[in-house]
Amino acid sequence: MACSRRAWIAATLGTTAGLVPGCAPRDLPPAGTLLSPNVVAGHWIRDGRLDATRSGGRARRAAVVIVGGGIAGLSTAWRLRRAGFDDFILLELESQPGGTSRAGRQGRQAYPWGAHYVPVPMQENAALIHLLEEMQVVVGRRADGQPVVAETQLCRDPQERVFVEGRWQEGLYPALGAADQDLAELERFRQHMDSWAGRHGEDGRRAFAIPLAHSSRDPRFLALDRMTMGDWLRKHAYRSPRLRWLVDYACRDDYGLSVEDTSAWAGLFYFVSRIRLPGQPSQAVITWPEGNGRIVQHLTDRAGPAVHTGWAVHGITQSRSGGAEVRALHTTDRTAAHWQAEQVVYAGPQFAAPHVIDGFDRQRSADFRYGSWIVSNVHLRKRPPEPGFPMCWDNVIYGSRSLGYVNAAHQTGRDHGSTVLSWYYPLASLPGPVARRRMLAADWQDLAALTVTDLQLPHPNIAGQIERLDVMRWGHAMVQPRAGFVWSRQRRAAAQALGRVHFANTDLSGVALMEEAFYHGIRAAEEVLAARGHPFESMLTFVPHDC
Amino acid sequence: MNRAPLLLLYLNVLVIATCGLIYELLAGTLASYLLGDSVTQFSLVIGVYLSALGVGAWLSRYVETALARTFIEVELALALLGGLSAPFLFLVFAWIEWFQTALFSVVFLIGVLVGLELPLLMRILKEHLDFSELVSRVLTFDYIGALLASLMFPILLVPQLGLMRTSLLFGILNALVALWGTYLLRPILKDRGLAALRGRAMLTVGILAVGMIKADTLTTIAEERMLAQPIVFTEQSRFQRIVVTKSSRGFQLHLNGHLQFNSADEYRYHEALVHPALSTGPPPQHVLVLGGGDALAVREVLKYPSVRSVTLVDIDPAMTDLAMNFPPLVELNEDALRDPRVQVINRDAFVWIGETPRRFDTVVIDFPDPGTFSVGKLYTTAFFRQLRTRMTDESRLSIQCTSPLVAPKSYWCILKTMRASGFEPQPYSVSVPTFGVWGFAYATVQPDQRVPSQLAELEGPLRFLTTEGLRAMFHLPSDIAPVPTELNQLNNQILVRYYEQEWSAADGL
Ligand SMILES: Cc1cc2nc3c(=O)[nH]c(=O)nc-3n(C[C@H](O)[C@H](O)[C@H](O)COP(=O)(O)OP(=O)(O)OC[C@H]3O[C@@H](n4cnc5c(N)ncnc54)[C@H](O)[C@@H]3O)c2cc1C
Repeated sequence: MACSRRAWIAATLGTTAGLVPGCAPRDLPPAGTLLSPNVVAGHWIRDGRLDATRSGGRARRAAVVIVGGGIAGLSTAWRLRRAGFDDFILLELESQPGGTSRAGRQGRQAYPWGAHYVPVPMQENAALIHLLEEMQVVVGRRADGQPVVAETQLCRDPQERVFVEGRWQEGLYPALGAADQDLAELERFRQHMDSWAGRHGEDGRRAFAIPLAHSSRDPRFLALDRMTMGDWLRKHAYRSPRLRWLVDYACRDDYGLSVEDTSAWAGLFYFVSRIRLPGQPSQAVITWPEGNGRIVQHLTDRAGPAVHTGWAVHGITQSRSGGAEVRALHTTDRTAAHWQAEQVVYAGPQFAAPHVIDGFDRQRSADFRYGSWIVSNVHLRKRPPEPGFPMCWDNVIYGSRSLGYVNAAHQTGRDHGSTVLSWYYPLASLPGPVARRRMLAADWQDLAALTVTDLQLPHPNIAGQIERLDVMRWGHAMVQPRAGFVWSRQRRAAAQALGRVHFANTDLSGVALMEEAFYHGIRAAEEVLAARGHPFESMLTFVPHDC
Repeated sequence: MNRAPLLLLYLNVLVIATCGLIYELLAGTLASYLLGDSVTQFSLVIGVYLSALGVGAWLSRYVETALARTFIEVELALALLGGLSAPFLFLVFAWIEWFQTALFSVVFLIGVLVGLELPLLMRILKEHLDFSELVSRVLTFDYIGALLASLMFPILLVPQLGLMRTSLLFGILNALVALWGTYLLRPILKDRGLAALRGRAMLTVGILAVGMIKADTLTTIAEERMLAQPIVFTEQSRFQRIVVTKSSRGFQLHLNGHLQFNSADEYRYHEALVHPALSTGPPPQHVLVLGGGDALAVREVLKYPSVRSVTLVDIDPAMTDLAMNFPPLVELNEDALRDPRVQVINRDAFVWIGETPRRFDTVVIDFPDPGTFSVGKLYTTAFFRQLRTRMTDESRLSIQCTSPLVAPKSYWCILKTMRASGFEPQPYSVSVPTFGVWGFAYATVQPDQRVPSQLAELEGPLRFLTTEGLRAMFHLPSDIAPVPTELNQLNNQILVRYYEQEWSAADGL
């Protein structure tokens, strides 16, 4: 019985296209837990059922209240402090800041629960370079002004490999067994992307730039947003199944969406925005064992005592007399509290904004869609023996619906013995609400079995090496850059402040990336500083009137 | 024949098809395993196999009488040939020039036999079924067998049994089916010679079963063939396969099949490695030895009376245990690891160097050659820079850097990388009969163009090095001239790629 249920879960979530996993593996990991963001608090906010056990008492005061301690909210805090402005607090619902960039740790091994890398920013992304300099990740400048990243902060070689035709091969593209036409198409695609990297719009801006707000608004380019990446591939006669897989992989990897749903603008953005000049390789990758948890830690340390965790903000009301009230409930002891603020930065997601901000028109964020992800951290006693190219940072399985895994020990230099593999699985093909429901219906055993079955493909003996397997279910993991959304009027207007309430979150860009969350965090902070008349020199090299 | 045996015969087809494909996969895997370049090897094996199938099918027309008997004989031959194919190929790998010939002959013969089987079986069954049904049924089972084989091979067989045992197991299965066939096809077999046929089938099963039991010994023999010496010690540690062989000229240590030293001439290597750094400058007191779990470098270090501590960092406890407990090696390293001044640390040097607070006045690096990424990281700017922080301004270092003759890019890449990491390396080389010309570097951290020129007063004798010899090592022969290379960095392990290119080109000579 359990078996048929499991088979059903396996079939709906599924791992490998083509291979039907029969019953779950007999040998489930000996230990593990099922995690998710604080769903209960999320429901309090959504349903407005707030039964505080103790009343809030007197209002506390802070000039600025930041709601949400993901990368965006923490970046706002960081920017305020860098400007010498300290009169703020940050309220985070979870017991730990970081949002989808948070990390875990067991013993000496840290590992990511979500975001795990940042490409080296280009010179134009001055704000991010300031942060990375402060973190001693960027350690200098080249003669041409581009940042120099410390060797130990870059992803160690070998970076990535793919499991294809029964063995591991270096790189992401499954070259083993590829026909000449496949390789020719790959080459054509590479040149195509390369030529895009050199293109600028009528407005003189790069076609695809990071942060996305720096991209050209040339209508010829924005028109790409109206078709899907799948359409784009067909339009340009890309037929090779392997190339299609590569592009689909890229869309699922960065956006959690299949190639048939992803906006072509976003699809090209993934490939092109990281190539600085035609003929150059993509920007190198910065990563740490705990992934972007390293950035979270740094920002949290900088914000210091301003960060208050465990506070679910359920109301933000602006009064006519000036000022705003922020109401929150503590998630463990259920005490209520409220703050009087002059400015509020709402750094939570758009889909929750109508439930939190009084007077927020539901229509304002009606088109924002979010996908679900499953992330499993698989603790191994020792590395599995395997044929072909040795273990890399990123390890991808050709033909699987998962994205493979990242080896958390890679950056530490420990190449033997225990490690943690962070396995990523976007629910890419189902509509968001359906995917969320199915994912939440699954129990730990189901999701552990899903993970192990997928890992067994390249590592038949892995089950015996697993010490524990923890699973995170991200219900609203990422905003989805579906065709038509990225350059929609709604998305472009979403970052505009509502009176004293400013907005910061990666979803305002329509794509979920560290750089985007950071950009909106900085932008919101500078809006606040400007509104208060606090002196500062902008870190942003370009502020468009839409975002 | 009634229905039941018919079904059993289909089962026969299934086993035959599975076995056939398994033999082919085995040969392909072995070829890519031993020869590298798996795409070419696999395609060649498949090509030869498929064409042999055709030859077999064509040959089947010449079998006119005694169909059932021939069928069983073919199966027995296949059992023996296929079953022994992996052990056989392992063994002949020692004669590399014959390996490809042997490989393709085996694949071809197997292909011919498999190609013979199906038509014969179809003709046997023809009496009982109409043709189209026959073809479709036989082919169905044939394809199912192929599917089974291709699924089981990577998922179950290779990881669980290994190549050698997989080969033998399927040989046994094949022979059992043949034996079973003598009962199944009893109605159409002549009585004469039946007992002998069964006898041979059992003998085949027996031979293969013995092979199965002795598979480990076979692996050892195969390794000995490859290493061309009798093996006196083997251990598979968590990190590597350790093998000690013995010859009339002494004994040899191999890690993952790579020769580390020969007891007959290791003194040349270790004296050359250690004494330039230890003889130059103020008397060494706190010495760090990285790699070199065999303790032979430590033996040389301990000849300096001024030495107060030696820290040996080697990743593999199995290696340092061997150096402490394996009598021939203990004798050779003069029981260096039991000297009270020596501390053994079994950690990955890359991780350890980032954690230790200690500083050393002299460092000796004896890592394996940079043939893999996990060793290559120990030759990066990141590692050398970290090491630099564990040294003083007066510290000295010496390091083995592979062969500058065979792998000039690798050699000069290491020196260039050290220079970019705050060291002043000076190249030197020495001839070690077992290895040929071997390259090292001596480095200071202060700019200092002088090279070591005087051996210090030692407690123990040296067998190779003299003061003149020490100076001579630093005279670079004309055929070891610097070549331009890139820096070896963590995010771009170019050294591993140079090394792979240069040594595989040399091995191909
Ligand atoms: C599985 C996964 C992998 C990813 N990998 C990468 C990657 O490798 N590289 C990359 O650049 N990006 C990656 N991303 C995207 C990246 O994580 C996000 O772009 C970024 O972290 C978003 O930060 P944010 O602050 O905008 O939003 P969030 O991370 O969603 O943070 C919002 C925070 O606000 C809090 N909050 C919400 N509502 C309230 C409320 N009412 N009261 C109090 N607090 C509230 C939440 O608890 C949360 O902590 C990944 C995302 C996922 C899910």
